Amino acid sequence: MNKSIRASVLSRRQVMIGAAGLTFAIAAPNSLKAAALSGEGPRSAMNPWISIATDGTITIMSAATEMGQGSMTSLPLIIAEELDADWAKVKVVPAPVNEKIYGNPGFGGMMYTAGSNAVTSYYRPLRVIGAQVRRVLLDNAARKWGVPVEELTTEPSVVVHAKSGRKMSYGDIAAIAEVPAKAPEIKPDQLKKTADFRLIGKDVMRVELPTKVNGTATYGIDVQVPGMLYGTVLRAPVEGSVPNRIDDARAKAVPGVTAVIRLPHGVGVVAQTAWAALSARQALLDSVTWTRTGTAWGFDSDKGHDAFAADAKNLSKPARDWSAQGNARGAFQNAASMVEGEYRCDYAYHAQMEPLNAVALVAPGGDAVEIWAGTQSQTTATEAPAKFLGIPRDKVKLHDLLMGGGFGRRGNRDVDFIMDAVMLSNEVGSPVKVMWTREDDVHNGRFRPLSAHYLRAAFDASGKLTAWHHRLAADRITPFMDPVRFQEGGGKDGMVMAGTDVRGYDVPHQLVEQIYRDTGVRTNPLRGIGVTANKFATEAFMDEVARKRGIDPLTYRLELLKGTPRAYKVVERVAQMADWGRKRDGQALGLAYIDYSGSQVAGIAEVSLDRTSGQIKVHNFWCTIDCGIAVQPDNIIAQTESSIVYGLGLTLSERISIKDGIVEQSNFYDYSLPRMKDVPEMHIELIQTDNHPTGAGQMATPLIAPTISNAIMELTGVRLRHSPFVPDRVKKSLS
Amino acid sequence: MATNFTVNGKPATTNAPPATPLLWVIREDLKLTGTKFGCGTGLCGACMVHVDGRRAFSCQTQVSEIAGRTVTTIEGLSPDSSHPLQKAWLTERVPQCGYCQSGQIMSAADLLQQKPQPTRAEIVEHMSTNICRCGTYQRIVRAVERAAREA
Repeated sequence: MNKSIRASVLSRRQVMIGAAGLTFAIAAPNSLKAAALSGEGPRSAMNPWISIATDGTITIMSAATEMGQGSMTSLPLIIAEELDADWAKVKVVPAPVNEKIYGNPGFGGMMYTAGSNAVTSYYRPLRVIGAQVRRVLLDNAARKWGVPVEELTTEPSVVVHAKSGRKMSYGDIAAIAEVPAKAPEIKPDQLKKTADFRLIGKDVMRVELPTKVNGTATYGIDVQVPGMLYGTVLRAPVEGSVPNRIDDARAKAVPGVTAVIRLPHGVGVVAQTAWAALSARQALLDSVTWTRTGTAWGFDSDKGHDAFAADAKNLSKPARDWSAQGNARGAFQNAASMVEGEYRCDYAYHAQMEPLNAVALVAPGGDAVEIWAGTQSQTTATEAPAKFLGIPRDKVKLHDLLMGGGFGRRGNRDVDFIMDAVMLSNEVGSPVKVMWTREDDVHNGRFRPLSAHYLRAAFDASGKLTAWHHRLAADRITPFMDPVRFQEGGGKDGMVMAGTDVRGYDVPHQLVEQIYRDTGVRTNPLRGIGVTANKFATEAFMDEVARKRGIDPLTYRLELLKGTPRAYKVVERVAQMADWGRKRDGQALGLAYIDYSGSQVAGIAEVSLDRTSGQIKVHNFWCTIDCGIAVQPDNIIAQTESSIVYGLGLTLSERISIKDGIVEQSNFYDYSLPRMKDVPEMHIELIQTDNHPTGAGQMATPLIAPTISNAIMELTGVRLRHSPFVPDRVKKSLS
Repeated sequence: MATNFTVNGKPATTNAPPATPLLWVIREDLKLTGTKFGCGTGLCGACMVHVDGRRAFSCQTQVSEIAGRTVTTIEGLSPDSSHPLQKAWLTERVPQCGYCQSGQIMSAADLLQQKPQPTRAEIVEHMSTNICRCGTYQRIVRAVERAAREA
């Protein structure tokens, strides 16, 4: 898609808008500027967001990468809205790597798609860019017709002069356009009113969707390039460990194997076929010994968890203040009564369906590299290879492809999955496709961290909730997954701590403390980041607090949310949807509410329990979400369904355990994901408001653990405190 | 030793060793990359194809087993995405990341061949063979029901 569009735009006159001062340019065929714009000549500050060909085709750059969340449609659609483009004429192409133009304002200008923030962060700038180009088109039509620009309006891809009945298509204007050296200024009140939106708020077919039902969608793992070899890597079981003794005789004996290579972090195999590379990796399994370097050796997650929990509960154990409001310490000293609760979450694995992979071609001499990969960050995907090869970053050519799921796994600073291919290609001088097996993907997963939570709530003599205290002991994330961001962010580990507070509720004094732990286990943001663990703790505890006071958990929440109308609304509505007051025979309801990065979500789970097996069944799940202006409403519903199912797995079955630093699970037989038979009827209502759009890609995931814990409490009087609620654990809690 | 078989109505041949999973022949030799590698153990269904008209995990089917047999992949389900399931998949906007969806559609096509009007329980039972990490299950059910209705 990309190539053919590039070729066609080069052969036509175009209108383009760049960044770096938002310069405009006309690119004529074969001109130096056209070459620069297409990325085929020297880079200039002219890389465009939008180009309009004389046949009316509008090419819009997609700055975000696509892992199923729909940003490849939503972001270009925001531009198209203000441009007033005919969506049927829009072609979307991945943006080249250029942070100055395409960087995500929500991540300090990195090209990085994560945190459900693509629409949130790009919404305003992309609207302005679309409006600027529309204004240039209007100015050109005004000049051509000799009329004041104020008399012109637009219909999709057409400028209209109502007075004279004249119309001119954007393509026709592109053929005659003069573009100012400086982009026109667009004031906020010159942007469209919500009521005038033609695309935002109206569902369109996601641009890549038709390719996903006929096998033509291209993911990183599908790439083949001429002369390509296949690679696998047997990676060290523990971070920081390196190969000691390698007996490669059996691997080398596999027909088709061309090389077995010692790497800093493992042993690589290069072969002529995929199956030979996979077979040789298998043959290496018992043939490599590893140094016991690295922090995690000796670590046992069950024992470690007990230690975390003890430290969280022991107030004399040193901790760092993460967030504070009012004077919580004082309020606890003066409390008339108090409630406390403890919670735990295990490590969890991303399990994106496409195992990690990349193709790399290092040029002879190592002075350039071409990479094909699905990545959440075009920035990290090009920085790490450049650093490794000691070459400037513009010598790294990245083809970013569709991702078969991301969930946070494909955005780490060291891009482990890309570096395998770069290193092996560098060794053998051919393009190499490195594929991780599912076992590699699990053993070398970078997990949602182990966490232990101690919470307490203080009440005054009248029973009013006055103070809230949350002490979290958890494995660090940010320093491991992205040391650069950790440093730039002042050493804050927001990915672990997000969601520890009780935003939205009227609790005057709040204190959150972090007990920083580094076990050496690989960790990463995983869908829902810290919010999943932390909201399990806070929303289950809110339920405990309500019950301790003898108040219905819905009534209690609504009382505390009175001052937060959007929050109140999602909770009130979800309760109506679920018919909260109706008692069920053998089933019960549990409620939770979350403010997740500004998005308001509430959920209710309806559960039953097989007391003999300990198996929990969720029959229905009701969910409300208010994420402000809904750019693509049906996709928000789809993402919410998705994040509910993801949360269901994290809550009921998904568990990674560590023994002597090594991951115990291997594949889907011992890391069990939700299947169709496990999924409840989901009833989701999108509450649309005029607020700035906020995230939708993972907001419901953290609702699941607390709603189920709260429902089981209602059903049995027993509190489930350790996620996931696997049957054995549930049985133990019941007895 | 060459193994001859039929893929999507056309003769195919492979010299891959007999123990090679069909998956790798389809993807890397025949370049039909719509069939995906997910787990390599027959647990996720991303690699689902039809062998002689019935669904089969291509990661668990060896080259030695396919001589003379007929394989259909997602690319061969219809020439132009016109299979009722493919149409229903788009109408219900099922795919998210999309990686598992070829396998989902091939599993569903097998179901509808056996049972053109499946009950919801039968759909859930049959389709629980396939994992979708994006959790599109509710839409898959709707799409299978729609395809059954509109076929």
